[in-house]
Amino acid sequence: MKQEETFSIDALRSGDREAFAAMVDEYSPKLYRLALRMLGDPQEAEDVLQDSLLKAYHAIDKFEGRSKVGTWLYRITSNEALMRLRKKQPALVSVDEPIQLDKGDMVPRQLEDWCCLPEDEFMTAEAMVQLDQAMEELSPALKAAFILRDLQGLSTEEAAETLEISESALKTRLSRARLQLRESLSIYFGDRVKEFMHG
Amino acid sequence: MDKEQHCPDLLSELADFMDGTATIEVCAEIEKHMAECPDCRVMVDTLEKTIYLYRNREERFELPSGFRERLFTSLHLEDYLKD
Ligand SMILES: [Zn+2]
Repeated sequence: MKQEETFSIDALRSGDREAFAAMVDEYSPKLYRLALRMLGDPQEAEDVLQDSLLKAYHAIDKFEGRSKVGTWLYRITSNEALMRLRKKQPALVSVDEPIQLDKGDMVPRQLEDWCCLPEDEFMTAEAMVQLDQAMEELSPALKAAFILRDLQGLSTEEAAETLEISESALKTRLSRARLQLRESLSIYFGDRVKEFMHG
Repeated sequence: MDKEQHCPDLLSELADFMDGTATIEVCAEIEKHMAECPDCRVMVDTLEKTIYLYRNREERFELPSGFRERLFTSLHLEDYLKD
């Protein structure tokens, strides 16, 4: 995340609309992608983004400046997205992700080497659907860790701060998320490899 | 290689290894193991490819059309739409 902001925090705190607009311009594309990848639905992602930015505007006096504005906005948006997910699929949302990796998680089941597939095979519409589906199967806690760290490029420290968990918990969730995605994609791309070799 | 014992130990270090934050000793140990264990080699290669595919898609991501207009309107920021 950038250190320098294009708007003044003090102006924002005093309710300045122009500063708010500048903040929206700076952060809304990233926050939208976060919401979209969490929820998988463009319309819902826009709703979450609007709600989150409104919340931020009304709570700006509570922003203490100890963390960066970006981290604070990411936190509001991911909480908002997690809340929606809980409403939609309460069974899926476990509050307590296991802190330790169990051995079962770590033992790979799919061991087909599909890296060698031609590049086009990874870019088909069907492949994109597979990426979405694999992501959808992640628990919200794992999904959030993967999106913030691997897709948005936050540091381990920033991602942990955003989700209000320890860095080691973040790393554990990230590993679990990556491994689970790999398993899911390996089923699909492993089949593509077999098709490729046999005709 | 004794899979039950050795590979899972290695895997718990994998996140640090892939993110370049593992110690030199851990990196060397993982490299050595991968050279001897084809399953772990495939595991790491496909894991890296998995992350690459998601990142690559993210880089090509485009905002839906009218995104900024809708957002600014819903936040009553119409006056700042021009720039
Ligand atoms: Zn191994």
